[in-house]
Amino acid sequence: MRHAVSEEGARLVVRLEGEVDLENSPKAREVLLEAVGGDRAVLVDLSAVTYIDSSGVASLVEAFQVAKRRSITFALVSVNPAALRVLQLARLDKVFTIHESLPEEPDGDS
Amino acid sequence: MEARDKDEKLLSLRFPARPDQLQRVRKAVRKHVKACGCSAESTGDIVLAVDEVCQNIIRHAYRGEEGAIELEIEQRGEDLVFSLRDFAPETDPRKVKPRDLDDVRPGGIGTHLIRKVMDDAGFVPPPSGGGNLFRMVKRIG
Repeated sequence: MRHAVSEEGARLVVRLEGEVDLENSPKAREVLLEAVGGDRAVLVDLSAVTYIDSSGVASLVEAFQVAKRRSITFALVSVNPAALRVLQLARLDKVFTIHESLPEEPDGDS
Repeated sequence: MEARDKDEKLLSLRFPARPDQLQRVRKAVRKHVKACGCSAESTGDIVLAVDEVCQNIIRHAYRGEEGAIELEIEQRGEDLVFSLRDFAPETDPRKVKPRDLDDVRPGGIGTHLIRKVMDDAGFVPPPSGGGNLFRMVKRIG
């Protein structure tokens, strides 16, 4: 798994790539929790995630819950079909906010 | 390609119960399941289920201790049968059950995923030598 974090105006975009499994989900968790520890909205780009298991999904859920507690926007973007299937099986596709592509920034945020 | 027998062992694999082994296990499972004519979605689901069982063994059966996992895939008619054996202390099957997904929290969804994508899944009595044997069945389609 690879990851990249970029600042896009008032938002942080966390891009995960490859397979998010038991071996590397601790890293994904660390990156996601660090992102939601700030003040910016966090968008997680999953377009290049070709595989995700329950441990990877747990990292997303944990970050989502921290963001919610801290009143920070947290959303998934461009979810790869393989990852979307797992989110659907876990019935989390209705829990997460999912955007098909990176949403426009609201006026005045950049 | 020669015709397959009705019942055929497709894969037999023994590997250390460690997270760094799972990628190659998924790759092997994907290759053999795909060759049986499973759809792309079924193949992905099966790979996920096998991975999740391995995770349960690593995390809950061996609890971080060293150990081995034996994976066997057989084709029995229209069914694919997946047997995963460990040599850890016996697991109480009553403690391995899916949780309520309406309670959104991290962790604990692996067992739900396994039962959701497989036609049948559960512990069966292990052969002599102890440990645990988890068996899953998926109708080819």
